[in-house]
Amino acid sequence: MSQTWVTPGGVHPPENKHQSLTQSIGVLPLPEKLVVPLNQHIGAPAIPCVEVGQKVLKGEVIAKAAGTVSIPMHAPSSGVVSAIEHRPIAHASGMLAPCIEITTDGEDRWIAHEGVDDYEHLAPRKLLEIIANAGISGMGGAGFPSAVKLNPGRQRPILTLIVNATECEPYITADDSAIRERAAEIVEGIKILSAILDHPDNIFIGIEDNKPEAIEALAPHVEGTGISVVSFPTKYPSGGEKQLIYILTGKEIPSGKLPADLGMVCINIGTTYAIKRAVVNGEPLISRVTTVTGDAVGVQRNYETLIGTPVSHLLAHSAFDEKACSRVIMGGPMMGFTLPSADVPIVKTTNCILAPSYAEIPDDEPAQPCIRCGMCAEACPVSLLPQQLFWYSQAQDHERLEAHNLFDCIECGACSYVCPSNIPLVQYYRASKSEIRKARAEKVKSDHARERFEFHKLRMEQAEREKEEKRTARREAALQASAAPSNPSSSVPSSSAADIIAAAQARAAAKQATPEQQQAQLERTIAAAEQRLIVAEQKLAEAIEKGSANQSVLSAAVENTRQKLEQAKAKLAELTA
Amino acid sequence: MIELIAQNPILAALIALVGLAIIFGALLGFAAEKFKVEGNPIVEQIDELLPQTQCGQCGFPGCRPYAESIANGDAINKCPPGGQATINAIASLLDVPAPELDEEHGQESPVRTVAYIREDECIGCTKCIQACPVDAILGAAKLMHTVIADECTGCDLCVEPCPVDCIDMLPVAETLTDWSWSIPKKPGQLIATDTRGELSHAHTQGGGA
Amino acid sequence: MAFKQVTSPHAHSAQKTSNVMQLVLLATVPGLVALTWQFGWGSIINVLLASITAVVCEAAIVHLRGRSVAFYVSDYSALVTAVLLGIALPPLAPWWVIVVGTVFSIVIAKQLYGGLGYNPFNPAMVGYVVVLISFPIQMTTWVTPLALLPEGVSHPGLIESLHIVFSGYTPADGVTGATPLDSFKHSSGLLVDQIYQRDPLFAQGIWAGAGWEWVNLGFLLGGLLLIAKRIFTWHGPVGMLGALALMSALFWDSGSSTSPGSPVMHLLSGATMLGAFFILTDPVSSAVSNRGRLIYGILIGLLVFIIRAWGNYPDAVAFAVLLANFAAPFIDNYTLPRTYGHTDRRRATEKEEG
Repeated sequence: MSQTWVTPGGVHPPENKHQSLTQSIGVLPLPEKLVVPLNQHIGAPAIPCVEVGQKVLKGEVIAKAAGTVSIPMHAPSSGVVSAIEHRPIAHASGMLAPCIEITTDGEDRWIAHEGVDDYEHLAPRKLLEIIANAGISGMGGAGFPSAVKLNPGRQRPILTLIVNATECEPYITADDSAIRERAAEIVEGIKILSAILDHPDNIFIGIEDNKPEAIEALAPHVEGTGISVVSFPTKYPSGGEKQLIYILTGKEIPSGKLPADLGMVCINIGTTYAIKRAVVNGEPLISRVTTVTGDAVGVQRNYETLIGTPVSHLLAHSAFDEKACSRVIMGGPMMGFTLPSADVPIVKTTNCILAPSYAEIPDDEPAQPCIRCGMCAEACPVSLLPQQLFWYSQAQDHERLEAHNLFDCIECGACSYVCPSNIPLVQYYRASKSEIRKARAEKVKSDHARERFEFHKLRMEQAEREKEEKRTARREAALQASAAPSNPSSSVPSSSAADIIAAAQARAAAKQATPEQQQAQLERTIAAAEQRLIVAEQKLAEAIEKGSANQSVLSAAVENTRQKLEQAKAKLAELTA
Repeated sequence: MIELIAQNPILAALIALVGLAIIFGALLGFAAEKFKVEGNPIVEQIDELLPQTQCGQCGFPGCRPYAESIANGDAINKCPPGGQATINAIASLLDVPAPELDEEHGQESPVRTVAYIREDECIGCTKCIQACPVDAILGAAKLMHTVIADECTGCDLCVEPCPVDCIDMLPVAETLTDWSWSIPKKPGQLIATDTRGELSHAHTQGGGA
Repeated sequence: MAFKQVTSPHAHSAQKTSNVMQLVLLATVPGLVALTWQFGWGSIINVLLASITAVVCEAAIVHLRGRSVAFYVSDYSALVTAVLLGIALPPLAPWWVIVVGTVFSIVIAKQLYGGLGYNPFNPAMVGYVVVLISFPIQMTTWVTPLALLPEGVSHPGLIESLHIVFSGYTPADGVTGATPLDSFKHSSGLLVDQIYQRDPLFAQGIWAGAGWEWVNLGFLLGGLLLIAKRIFTWHGPVGMLGALALMSALFWDSGSSTSPGSPVMHLLSGATMLGAFFILTDPVSSAVSNRGRLIYGILIGLLVFIIRAWGNYPDAVAFAVLLANFAAPFIDNYTLPRTYGHTDRRRATEKEEG
């Protein structure tokens, strides 16, 4: 048993995990339509590589990764691509985003795929490629592409691999049930990770002590592998990456740095299973374990759910009672977000669909004034002063907010949870964070605009100056030209003979240069005029053919062009003569 | 001399006060020279706060001239693109009360807009290119023009010169990446007519869309 | 199907502001019982009179401000202020003292600053100080504790007490007397031991003066209950009591004639425990962080001792708390907790480098 550290703050909301653990992981009937959003991860949205009407097989690539920080999407089942359009997705805004809809054919036929058993002897680069091509992104939190996370670069060797099996949010049991039933495969996934990371010194599986069955299930598989299962007291939010790293190692990730900077990588346990399936079985990430729970559904259990399954399909097969339901949450009760409708699809990060009754999660009471009781500061896992942040958010005092480390807030909701005045603190922080980000972006933009404006001004001034210079030069030249013949000696009264000769030579040289230039210019003019003439004549011919009304105009134009051409030719002849 | 002073306490007081005034005056003058704060000139600071749309709605040819004018005592409420936020920021910088936006110079637009050229209708006259203060319009004579949306400040100076009216100011649509929660209503400001039933939506959010 | 859109977290703990206030009210019961036992019905009458006045004032002002009366009055905050003020005021004080103090607390010190959560000073203490300065005679007349009542005299009964409070009838001789802190203040020239022997207040008491020690122990009990219920943390009370004990130990001077009194006397006399657990723990007007609250408590402890020992007033909790209220924003500025992932504690006005 290794040592663990205790994070500050934290709360103990009712766990409510037993409801969904009475049955094993189930499988739902195939939904009629699957809607695969193109952006289920952090990074650039995938680019569709199928067309509407195209037949696809299960596991076939339907969208390609757009750059390094992106992942491809695969067809979760066989069928026909029936739409590529904007659809509602799992996002708190309720906005639409591009999705690929597949109408399933019920056959669920796999594309040819093959895994590798001998991953130990495969180059890490090759393994990372498999993971990237399998479309695997973090399945616990934000959905960062796993292949990118596992490839921190050579200057940052990874000494500690942390597998996050904390699952500290109430209600959610997706990881718990997956460990109970798939411990062997999960441990194999961890071994693959170990091979990719060149066998780190420490491999921890961090798990809260409220999952004794899962810990027991892991025990026989980790024996002799060097992987240690570390359990620690249940407290929300122990599952945050930074919190878990502190609990297991006693180290804090400096603000603005990544775990990789300290030689650590933290991977969700669900992701390790997906990695095992990708490497050993050759299967891309097209399904995940999702908990369906809350008192507003009759059947509370975990399902192996295809990515793209509409939430309504899940709810329909779980005896959902809409009237009893206070809200539908994707994720847990602490950090999950409410869904605008049940049409949104399950994505790679959906670990839970929570449909609570009004008794479980009643409508919010109106907020009372903050009495600065400090319970939020007691609960904050990163030692912020939430009530100060709240005051400054209200005042939109961005400078103070940053001085109070607003950007270190992990939005875990512990402060709002304990707030006796029922203030939606997290919403204040989210709003303020994006306000500050917007202000920063605007500042950059306005600085940029100022630069461009100043350059524009400079350019205009320069152009003006050049024009002015030319004008004065021309005026002077004209002046000289008019003055020279009438009074040649008086204009340069004191000049010596040598000067006069030099000036004459220069004039001659200038004259010599100009005819050449003039000639070239005239030649160009002639060529262009000839071209125009041909076009104009063609147009005229067309017009005559069609009996168009503007024949006279066109013929005048042709005449005009011809005259100009002749003039130019005459000049050229004069010049060359 | 001393006797004279002793006999006339008023004189003594006068001398003492004048002496003190001279000493402290010298001290303050010395301190002012010695510990002079090399600050950002006020014009720069004001210019930093202006939105840099260079739109000229304030009556000055660009943001910097207006900043210079403010530094010389002009009203600070002539900038519609910056709106109340800019007015407040300048007011707090100059330590003056923040007035409302002067409607004469235009109204604050709730959404950011950028210029968009209906390219089919563009005749390639280059008038808008010349009008653009930040060189955000691309094109050449007799060729179609287009706006680089990222560079456009939304000043709408190009709309007026266009002879065929093919430039629209289009609002910038909110996207998934810049959507955000809004600051909730201040708690403890429930008015008497609020009822508990309505209050249950006190911090629900109508969604961004 | 369209569902409601609500921000996370969706789960909330069951504790509401009104629960917190109710718990604070509940925790005053042991102290109030001790007060009534030792000093008669006066305190109960104070508390009831102050509560009625407070609720009426709160409702009136909230109504004037055009806010929802039921919503605001049901947060119990006005009641807490009233109960604390009623406890702090001397038993059997005239009714108008109580009403003036309460009206000042609620209307001026609380509502005019914006109501609950916005007052920079502890409202109960503002009210207390206002009447203390305005009506010094009424405010320094304390009832004699039970043990010291002359033979055959008892505290006035409930009806008689009401009569005294409302009609200004002077209670029987021997029913009023000095407090332990008073007698210390006015017994300079005597050794501490001599005071203890001569003054029946101490002669009859066990630790710190007859009656007063029980009252303080009562508030200590209530305070410990609140700490156990996590209504507030130990930092403020421990800071104050620690500083007070330390100061009185330092200046104990082995009981000489200039000694301001022993640590035990200071801890269990006057309004020490009421102040430590009920007054300075008012979160609205105190410092914010735990470290800040510790410093805030220490500051109050120091000020209480300084005023008790060398000031003009025998007790000083109200003044000390108000002075510390002034200092709270300043303390906050220097006591930001160290955030995860940051190396240094900083001042609130400083931005981190880089």
